[in-house]
Amino acid sequence: MAYDPANPMSDRISDVGPRYYSEFHPPVVKANKGKWMWHEITQPGVLVHKSETGDECWTVRVGAARLISIELIREMCDVADKHCDGFFRFTTRNNVEFMVDAKSKVQPLLDDLASRGNKFPVGGTGAGVTNIVHTQGWVHCHTPATDASGVVKAVMDELFDYFTSMTLPANVRIALACCLNMCGAVHASDIAILGVHRKPPMIDHKRISGVCELPLAISACPLGAVKPAKITIDGEEIKTVQVNADRCMFCGNCYTMCPAMPLADPDGDGIAILVGGKVSNSRTAPKFSKLVIPFLPNTPPRWPETVAAVKNILEVYAKDARKYERVGEWAERIGWEKFFEKCNIPFTIKSIDDYRLAYDTWRTTTQFKYTSHVK
Amino acid sequence: MAKHETPLLDELEKGPWPSFVTDIKRQAEKNPDCWDILGQVELSYKEKITHWKHGGIVGVFGYGGGIVGRYSDLPKRFPGVEHFHTVRLAQPASKYYSTKHLRDVCDLWEKYGSGMTNMHGSTGDMVMLGCRTEALEPFFYELTHNLQQDLGGSGSNLRTPANCLGQSRCEWACYDTEECCHHLTMHYQDEIHRPAFPYKFKFKFSGCANDCVAAIARSDVAVIGTWRDNIRIDQAAVKEYIAGNIPSNGGAHAGRDWGKFDIQKEVIALCPTDCMWMEGGELKIDDAECTRCMHCLNVMPRALRPGLDQGASICVGAKAPILDGAQFATLIVPFMKVSADNEFEELIEFIEKIWDWWMEDGKNRERVGETMQRVGLPTFIKVMGLEPIPQHVKEPRSNPYVFWQEEEVEGGWDRDVEEFRARHAA
Repeated sequence: MAYDPANPMSDRISDVGPRYYSEFHPPVVKANKGKWMWHEITQPGVLVHKSETGDECWTVRVGAARLISIELIREMCDVADKHCDGFFRFTTRNNVEFMVDAKSKVQPLLDDLASRGNKFPVGGTGAGVTNIVHTQGWVHCHTPATDASGVVKAVMDELFDYFTSMTLPANVRIALACCLNMCGAVHASDIAILGVHRKPPMIDHKRISGVCELPLAISACPLGAVKPAKITIDGEEIKTVQVNADRCMFCGNCYTMCPAMPLADPDGDGIAILVGGKVSNSRTAPKFSKLVIPFLPNTPPRWPETVAAVKNILEVYAKDARKYERVGEWAERIGWEKFFEKCNIPFTIKSIDDYRLAYDTWRTTTQFKYTSHVK
Repeated sequence: MAKHETPLLDELEKGPWPSFVTDIKRQAEKNPDCWDILGQVELSYKEKITHWKHGGIVGVFGYGGGIVGRYSDLPKRFPGVEHFHTVRLAQPASKYYSTKHLRDVCDLWEKYGSGMTNMHGSTGDMVMLGCRTEALEPFFYELTHNLQQDLGGSGSNLRTPANCLGQSRCEWACYDTEECCHHLTMHYQDEIHRPAFPYKFKFKFSGCANDCVAAIARSDVAVIGTWRDNIRIDQAAVKEYIAGNIPSNGGAHAGRDWGKFDIQKEVIALCPTDCMWMEGGELKIDDAECTRCMHCLNVMPRALRPGLDQGASICVGAKAPILDGAQFATLIVPFMKVSADNEFEELIEFIEKIWDWWMEDGKNRERVGETMQRVGLPTFIKVMGLEPIPQHVKEPRSNPYVFWQEEEVEGGWDRDVEEFRARHAA
């Protein structure tokens, strides 16, 4: 049977959901689910999990771009067919994990991966930098303020040695979102790279009433900067909107609701850096990432300013933090004034919150440290 | 042969990290449409701006989600990406695959799409990037008939649920995250495919408080494994850690010389509740004071294991910043048994109570966490029919503006000002 365009609903199947996960468990996983006792990272990128049954699952973790071809997936399948009984998995951070059931099978797998050029870098475990989670950028999105895959490639090239080693005080999670919608959810990352707009939306008056529900565009603005308006074009009165630019916070929510309000711009758009977020509850509660560099320009193809900023923060942290301390825990221990001083990042008024709940971040104690900021 | 010059993108073929540019070129040798991806992205690199049009509603019959329309704003120049729709496929729980299934997906995408993918999208789906509108129905037909595989979610519906790999390959998972994720995914196929909500809604399932799937930061209902009895201690293994015979933190710090393992400094002093100490060569834990943060278990996985009375904490209302600022999920149910034995009945009842209220009271494009903010946590707790407990807050309120209800106040609110004046001259 095949799809019949004349009868699109005939023989239709829907709501079958994903395939059942247990079909895809490697045999050693299937046999030992719920029986794992402990794990150990035996070298960067290689983990062993030990079961109550005595079985061992050896995992080799490799980095991958998030944007990958079916040709590459087929090559991953070739590796898994040869070494892993025809199974493998992906992690939530776009890494790929090949699993075998004996230590003796690890080295042949590593050798095979190494023989395939730089396609399968082994690492991303423990106290290092693992893969960057990110969004689509210019490759596939209509609202980005920067690219995603290219910035990530440039940053990971520079931080590659931290992917293949475990020399940092703790694991460092880097994430990139190409606009404030944060499909990449970078709001709880050790280091977040965030695309930002800086010009208010333009208004395409000729198209707006054809493509927008004006009330939705107006209510999309969290600061009430979008108001109804009437203008005359070619003698014809048109219902449209106007934007109070002084109130605009460049979130782009109006453009999400209304295609006639584009705000992307080659000079207006760029990257902000936020740091100190974490998701895990380990030791301290989850934390949001905080804005420390409000703007860096878009400089394709390799974004040197962004790469340098990320590397600088990472390396100051690596030198100064205590064992187990995440970036945010370190910054809070030393104090944010020390963070800016040690990282040699200029503190600007843009790091002081003036949005909702801003008061929560204002310092209401006499406890502070004398850094160069106190003149 | 390359169709466009791409000097800027070619720079991204250099360096040790795998190159998406090299990979797209590899795919372009098979499917020449991919040269137009490179051509258009090269132009974006030159002009520093996107060339994708805003939206476009496409889909398959009967579904209101799973496909995201995408069109080039330069279709004549880059005809291979004139239509470049995203197809989201529901990933299997934990993201394990057989090569058979993946090869089938690849073959199908080769037939109908560009051959480029994201493995995976941020929410968890397998993301197939780039196909024409007319390819959607035949693709879907073969996907469901031949691969027994469905689309994922998009739009104002339940998004494809996701889980950490849980008990399948981790010693810390306190419930079966993959069974829970799969069960609820199947239970709510209608909600995934047919938008009926004010806005998107996400479930994420993490087996422990390390929260490897970022449930507390990213999901409307976060199910995070925990326990309510005592941490299991293997004192012999504790001694082995102290003696330096087992690497701390599962070997995660092996790349640098941090000195000899110091249990006092690395475990006991870093405990957020100060509930551990050494006594007579043994590690002691006052479990009643423990908040199960996972630090000590992370550092000594062979010596410490979660308790055996396991379940999950349920937190509600996380989201990224648009619009009112980022929110973490708020602890609503400290401990719930989460079990396939009763088909996750308690969790399902909890979720549906939220939906019944949010579908009624939530505004258009308002995540449930924002609705909670708007009406206040006390209202939400009442809606859920829960007893307010100190675990719901970090600290009690510091302002006195309590919204008293009339029935709580002796004599009610109806008073007679004439009678008042008879006793109190103005």
